[in-house]
This record gives sequence, C-alpha cells and structure tokens, in this order.
Amino acid sequence: MPAATEKSGAQRLTGAQIVVQALLDNGVDTVFGYPGGAVLPIYDALFEHAELRHVLVRHEQGAVHAAEGYARSTGRPGIVLVTSGPGATNVVTGLADAMMDSIPIVCLTGQVATHLIGSDAFQEADTVGITRPCTKHNWLVKVAADLPRVLHEAFYVATSGRPGPVVVDIPKDIQFAEIDYFGPKNIEHRSYKPQVTGDPKKIEAAVDLMAGAKRPIFYTGGGVINSGPEASKLLRELVQLTGYPITSTLMGLGAYPASDPQWLGLVGMHGTYESNNAMHDCDVMINIGARFDDRVTGLLEAFSPESKKIHVDIDPSSINKNILVDIPIIGDCARVLGDLIKVWKRRKLTTDECAIQPWWTQIDKWRDRQCLKYKQSSTIIKPQYAIQRLYELTKDMDVYISTEVGQHQMWAAQHYKFEEPNRWMTSGGLGTMGYGLPAAVGIQIAHPDSLVIDIAGEASVLMTMQELSTAVQHDLPIKVFIINNQYMGMVRQWQEILHDRRYSHSYTEALPDFVKLAEAYGACGLRVEKPEDVDDVIKEMISVNRPVLVDCVVDKEENCFPMIPSGAAHNKMILSQEESPREMSEEGKVLV
Amino acid sequence: MIEDKPAERRCIAILVDNEAGALARVIGLFSGRGYNIDSLTVAEVDPEKHTSRITIVTQATPMIVEQIKAQLNRLVPVQSVVDMTTEYESVERELALVKVCCTGEKRVESLRLSEVFRAHVVDTTHESFVFELTGAPSKLDAFVNLMRPLGLVDVSRTGVVAIARGSEIM
Ligand SMILES: Cc1ncc(C[n+]2csc(CCOP(=O)(O)OP(=O)(O)O)c2C)c(N)n1
Ligand SMILES: [Mg+2]
Repeated sequence: MPAATEKSGAQRLTGAQIVVQALLDNGVDTVFGYPGGAVLPIYDALFEHAELRHVLVRHEQGAVHAAEGYARSTGRPGIVLVTSGPGATNVVTGLADAMMDSIPIVCLTGQVATHLIGSDAFQEADTVGITRPCTKHNWLVKVAADLPRVLHEAFYVATSGRPGPVVVDIPKDIQFAEIDYFGPKNIEHRSYKPQVTGDPKKIEAAVDLMAGAKRPIFYTGGGVINSGPEASKLLRELVQLTGYPITSTLMGLGAYPASDPQWLGLVGMHGTYESNNAMHDCDVMINIGARFDDRVTGLLEAFSPESKKIHVDIDPSSINKNILVDIPIIGDCARVLGDLIKVWKRRKLTTDECAIQPWWTQIDKWRDRQCLKYKQSSTIIKPQYAIQRLYELTKDMDVYISTEVGQHQMWAAQHYKFEEPNRWMTSGGLGTMGYGLPAAVGIQIAHPDSLVIDIAGEASVLMTMQELSTAVQHDLPIKVFIINNQYMGMVRQWQEILHDRRYSHSYTEALPDFVKLAEAYGACGLRVEKPEDVDDVIKEMISVNRPVLVDCVVDKEENCFPMIPSGAAHNKMILSQEESPREMSEEGKVLV
Repeated sequence: MIEDKPAERRCIAILVDNEAGALARVIGLFSGRGYNIDSLTVAEVDPEKHTSRITIVTQATPMIVEQIKAQLNRLVPVQSVVDMTTEYESVERELALVKVCCTGEKRVESLRLSEVFRAHVVDTTHESFVFELTGAPSKLDAFVNLMRPLGLVDVSRTGVVAIARGSEIM
C-alpha cells in the first residue's frame, strides 16, 4: 500500500485527535464546518486547539464555497468538516463545483460507526458512493490504523497535479479508536504520480511553431492560476518576449494584467469581439492551462479552423478531448512556461515584426468596434455602469472579487479588470448560483484586511444568503454588491432569444427587501436606484467596516453582449440588441 | 476539428490497486461519461501487491479510446492502462458455461458438436448437459448459436480476458 515512509516518532492518539494533528501538520489554519452527531469527537478535539480556526457556516454548501474562496485566493487547500448523512449530501454541490474548477479542497465527513455501515443507520449515507464522481478521489477509513496515512495522502492528492476536491469519510468508532500517529513526511502514492515536466522535444517543436507564427494568440486559463504566482510571472515574460496578443478564459482572469496593450480581454460566449475573432483567425494558438471548454469553443466544427494548436495542460485527459491539437505538452504551466522561455532565449529568437504587424492592425480594427459599449441612461442604472464604477472606485485598493452566476457575472468579467492572479473567484465550470457570498467569506478569512466584494445577482444570492450570518459572527466585513434586475437575467436573456420572449418563471415576484434583510442579519444594508448616486453608495459601502449588502437596482431587461449564440462560430458574434437573432438553429438550442 | 472515424472494438486492460471502490470508480467513469462496456472481467492478480486486473471490451472511435485511457489514468488507484487491441499482439480468451436440455437425436448431436468445439462436459443428467468452452468470443458465439435449436436453456460467460503474446508484459 502507499505509505508515508518515515514514522516521525509515533504518538498514541485518538482518531479525532489525529484528525486535528494531521490538519495542523499539513499547515492548516482554518476549517469551514458544521457539527453533528457523527463528528462530535472531532469537534471535541478541536475545542482544545485555538490555533485552528473553525468558521461555523450556516449550510454545508457554504462551507465548501468558503473553502474554495480561501483556496483560490491563497493557493492553499481549503478545509471542510461536516457530519454524516445530510451534512455530507449538502456538500455535494460545492464538491462538484471544486471538481470542475480544479480547486484543492480536503473535505472530512463523519460517518456512522463501521459496524452500522449498510444498515440504514440514523444519518447514514453512502458518502463515498455519492461523492465519487464529484471528487478527485475519496476514502472511507474502515481501519483505524490507516487514518494518518489517508489524511496525509488526501492533502497530497488534493494539491498535486491538477488540483481538486477530496473526501475522507471517517466512521465514528474510528474517531474514538486509539492509534499511532505519524506526520506527513515523504508522502507518495504507488499509482498516482502526476507528470509536471513537459517533454523537451515537444517544447522545442512548440517554440518553432510560435517563432514562425504570423497570426499568433495566447489562450490561457485557470491552469496558470492553479500553477501558482510563478506561472503568472513567467506568462507575462513569455507574452512580452514574443509580443503576441493574449486572451483568457473566465477562470484565467488576472494571470495577465488587463491594463497591458497585448491583452485582448475575455474569450468565449461573452468574450470580447477582438478575442473571439483573433481566436477564429489565428494561425498559431498557444493554449496554456485552458481546456477548450464549450463556452469557449462554440461550434466545434468552426473553431479556429486554420490554426496549428499547442496545448499545455497538466491533465492528459484534457488533451484532444474536445479539440484535436498539433503539439500537446503535458506538464505544470510554470515549468513549461519556464522551459518555453529558456528555449526561445537560447535560440535567440525574435518576433518577426513584419509578419506580426498586419495581425495587430487587424486586431486594432476589431478593437475599434468597442464591443463592450452600452447605451448609458441618465434615469436608470445600467448594470455595466454599476460594475464600471465599482471597478474605478476600488481598483487601486487591495481588492478581491467573487461573483454569483448569471449576467452580472459576465458583466463583472468584462468590466472589472484584473492585474494580478488569485483576485478573481467565480464558479466557471459548474456555474453554481450561490457561490459568491460564501466564497467571499472564505476570501475575507484568508485576507482579513483586504476589500472583498461579491458581485451578485438577486436570484443567486438568495441561494446562500444565510452565510451573511456567518460573516457577522466572524466579523468579516464582506461587501455583497447585488446587481438587482429582479430577473434571473441570464435565463430571461436566453428566453428572449430562444423562446420568443416567453419569460417562463424567470421573474422573482416576491423579492425580499434586501436592506431590511441585511439589517435583520446584523449587517449594513444600502440601496441605490439612480445613476448619480452610484458613486456615493459604493464609497459608503467601502467605508463601513462591517458586512454590507448593497441593493443596486438596475435596468431589468438589459442583455449581456457581446454574445456568441450557442452553436455558432466565433466570428458570428452578436454585438448588440439590434443584431439579436430571432431565430436560432435547432442544433444551437440543444447546446444551451 | 472533430474526428469522425467509426467506432472500433477495443479490449482495454487496467491494473488497479485492489482497494475498496476501485471497480466502482472504473465502472462509474464508463457510465458517467457515456462510454460503452461490451464485457468486463475483474480479479486480483497479485495478492502480495494487492493488484487487480480489469479487462473491458468497448466500442469507441480512436479519439474516444484515447479519452478512455486518459480518464482511467486519472483515477488515483489506477496503475496502468493498455489498449490490448492496438498496443500489443495479444491473445483474447473467454470462458462460457452452456446448458442444453434435450433427449434423443438432439442430445447426441449436441455432444457431437461439443467435441468439435473441444468443449468439456462439466455436468450431466439424462436430460441435460453443461458444457464448458474456452476460446475467442466469436468461437463462443458460434457454439451458442449451434446449441440454440438443440435445446439451449442457459448461458453464462465470463467476458474477455487478454494478455500480450511473447515475452512482453503490460
Ligand atoms: C444552482 C443553479 N440553479 C440554476 C442555474 C441556472 N441559472 C443560470 S444563471 C441564472 C439566473 C441568475 O439570476 P441572478 O442571480 O439574478 O443573475 P442575473 O443573470 O440576473 O445577473 C440561473 C437560474 C444555475 N446556474 N445554478
Ligand atoms: Mg438578476
């Protein structure tokens, strides 16, 4: 069996004490959790450890999203502790979310005693069965002596290779059992050995292809962020060395500074006109840590038809999954970026300015369309305006942004500009409404002195609103900035385009009074309804050193553009309401 | 951009750590991602190292076969994955137990055919035989089809196992 080879002075402890010790030994300072019968021994062990901060959430889903926010903003794994049965089933959405976005989460669940497993005991659920497809790996600890090894392995699996969530299911009798503890030294696994260094021959070939490009583009993703700050630094170096344009997926925002002239903005369904057209027309695509997701590729048959493609990914299963590539490089983004730079420099390559110049001229023409422009109003707040003002008034601060899911999320990705990695936390792959508020809780825990803002939709935020109570309890001055259009705006937009404006159940008729709601939670509630008041309310929000909920009442029927309708090619973007199709292909409807 | 080569039959061998849930992970991956399973066999092959070997016969396009291999390799307890159909010259075998109930002419004919196929009689009564037959899946198909008009009542098959020819190991 896989083993921690060195026993660093075995200590006799109970299973519950071992859980706490293993967390401490793996560098954990915070646990997001919720108690219950099957984890009482672990909670009892926690009681004595003030150095391990426990953040009591209000729903277990919130614990996972908070742990995700913590993880993504720090680069360290997020830790969750919940009870068996309903505690475990409540974490499933969060685990699936972390799985899709490759976020390292170690989730400990209590389980009924080993002799009761399979008997439909009180609060028994087949936790490893339920979470198997939404974790990178999971364990049910049936033998007490395995506990220390499994816990250390859990950290190793969650954080190495392509990161992801893991679950360790710990029966109650195992928590009481007395066993030898050993620390996390030399943990490795017999079968699991992620590849981190790229094949040197492939790297040479990639550099050849890059150097000969006439219409190149960097297409980067969350893999760069997951690889760590070094990867972002190296990405900047390589992009500047080559002088090539760069775009990024939703998950990759911040890896490259948005203020740089080589930055083209977001790619994909609601990406910029220049990014998507450059992706479509390029002759060499350099994908670093992105996965050709369907929100990016659109119609597969028409995706970047003339380009040769380089794909750097730590997960071999990402290669040729959706799009066949010419040069696959399996490895960690930072390592491969470092190697690409080394080879480029060693061979004294320079960019062929003459070849690239017409490409930049073309890109500038696309930029001239100003695809993010919208019609300003003097009477009603446009959602884009609210986010732009939020950006302008906070950009020079030490700020972290999370979002919920919907139009507001896309507007945030378009209009809030990031200069650094780990500053943007959003639910990309799973698109989980209710992610942003608890994520903000986790971010604020990790960065107590920073400004943490959840750019929210009024529908999404109601899914995990109760975590505002967590923020109040733990003195976390998070800001929840609700873009309130009273609609499930993204649903309504699709209904407008696909279903002939039949707005079936996408309007929330009985919204709470968000200001009063905030006050009921013991937070501060603010409302803004006029464009001229937006700045003042944002400033007030920032100045209040408590959790704040801002109800920003915006234009109800604003749509999010640009947009690639599902089933269309990248160069078939809709830029404005006037260009919206009234018809969509049957194939496109299916792809929504 | 999308490969449209036709689906082919592939026999995939998977070495896994023999731990609780390892088989569930493999099967769950196939059902969850919509890959098909024509047959599946599993047994421990190295008790000391706790290694099991799973053999799956599937139908997939070459691009999907690559995905299946990559996805399997992503599972933590998976040690190695090999496409026995294309990566090796390999021998495939399957075992079937075939029950035939008949008397008179048909009984004589079934016994005669079983000899042609080198099947063994592993159980008999006056009105039944159980034949044991080993071979390539196509041979088993042929035998089962011949037994049908002679009183075939029950078939149990193991699914395919495969191993590389020569001295190579996976
Ligand atoms: C948990 C969950 N349920 C349903 C959806 C489908 N969905 C995507 S966006 C959306 C509407 C979100 O509304 P709101 O939070 O008000 O944001 P808006 O689009 O109005 O900005 C819905 C229902 C989802 N993404 N997540
Ligand atoms: Mg809304």
